[in-house]
Amino acid sequence: MLYNEISSNKAKSVFLFILFLMLIGVIGFVVNMLFFQGYVFIIFAAIIAIIFSLISYYSGDKIVLAMSHAREANKKEHTFLINAVEGLAIAAGIPKPKIYVIPGAQINAFACGRSPKTASVAVTEGALEKLDRQELEGVIAHELSHIKNYDIRVMMLASVLVGIIVFVSEILLRSFLWGGIKTNEDSKGMNIIFIVIGVVLLILAPIIAQMIKFAISRKREYLADASGALITRNPHGLANALRKIKNDVSGLKVASNSTAHLYISSPFKKKQWLATLFSTHPLLEDRIQKLERM
Amino acid sequence: MKFMAPLTIVLIILGLIALYIIFAYNSLIRLKLRIDNAWSQIDVQLKRRYDLIPNLIETVKGYVKHEKKVLTEITNARAQLVSGSMKEKAKASDQLTSALKSLFAVAENYPNLKANENFKMLQEELAGTESKIAYSRQFYNDNVMNFNTAIQTFPKSIIASAFSFKEKEFFKAEGKEKENIKVNFD
Repeated sequence: MLYNEISSNKAKSVFLFILFLMLIGVIGFVVNMLFFQGYVFIIFAAIIAIIFSLISYYSGDKIVLAMSHAREANKKEHTFLINAVEGLAIAAGIPKPKIYVIPGAQINAFACGRSPKTASVAVTEGALEKLDRQELEGVIAHELSHIKNYDIRVMMLASVLVGIIVFVSEILLRSFLWGGIKTNEDSKGMNIIFIVIGVVLLILAPIIAQMIKFAISRKREYLADASGALITRNPHGLANALRKIKNDVSGLKVASNSTAHLYISSPFKKKQWLATLFSTHPLLEDRIQKLERM
Repeated sequence: MKFMAPLTIVLIILGLIALYIIFAYNSLIRLKLRIDNAWSQIDVQLKRRYDLIPNLIETVKGYVKHEKKVLTEITNARAQLVSGSMKEKAKASDQLTSALKSLFAVAENYPNLKANENFKMLQEELAGTESKIAYSRQFYNDNVMNFNTAIQTFPKSIIASAFSFKEKEFFKAEGKEKENIKVNFD
């Protein structure tokens, strides 16, 4: 069962990659048709896209960790965290991932990397302070299941995809809104390009969001909860941790729209429209109930 | 078009059977290798604990003069870990676990010992190693169970007996391992 999950995740990664290239292709094509002659722009866009996706595939984990201001855990300060991750990695049958700590009082955690060999787990300072040992083990086991199932690869690619869409459409919308008043001749052409790309992205964004939701189905979280519980042989640890997360009111500054779905539970407490559109987390109550029923 | 000759059909079926045998054999070998790998994980952790204990005894000795019994228990159990069958090793490991537990319980009565930095570090380290031993055991036994199930279920059971795959032993002293929890995916 688990091995099917792994191959399906590998296939989904390829699918996301193709989707990403197609998106760049469509934008490049539209811009090319409207403003340029020949195929210079589309080739340029494709090269940039390929370079960008290779970078994100091979160092997406480092980018995400840097974005979250994560620092590597050290044996002296985080003895229990390191021991727990090492032990649970043995139980899950994966190599020991790199371990990071994220600043912030919110209880949260995520895993990233492109394969179990290159994976990292990161937990917030809040999680280390507010969770007891069994709860922390539950959270870590959940993250290790994401690593074992290759969820991290799909989620990382999705993260890059969402990140680019959100980033480009926000920039374009802003430059359209702020730049709309100026009407000198030089900026006019550029403005039209921005507007066109912005409109194309606005049309595409919900479609892409839908496809990403399909890839990162909510089932994935339930599955990680279940296989996490299988690793610790203790569903209550994670259930209690999720309950604490539910009642936790701290925010997490280092999370952004593009990294939100990596976390064990949504790092945003206030709903933003983009976050809701891309929301991939099932309700915590559901997850707690499912764990309690095991 | 002429129908395929019966010989061709027979050859195709034989070919498919041969393919299946290769596939099944390889998957059994893979499961077996996983068990070996899991065993080495247990071994690493047992060794780690084995190496930590002399340090612990050295640190504790000066403080708990009246608790010689616990210390001898630990030393004896440690010595038994070195050789013996899997069952004996599992038994020695369990004894060591409980002897260490009683030592740490006894240590509660010695505030000076409890305050010792070295002791604190060793205690955390040994607790971590204990849980790693438990987890590596769990991983090992899970793999043994997968393998044993595979060689007992049809049709792999035929291939298993043809190539004389033997059931593997669980790593446990006696009685039952912790029960597997039930998992519901819907």
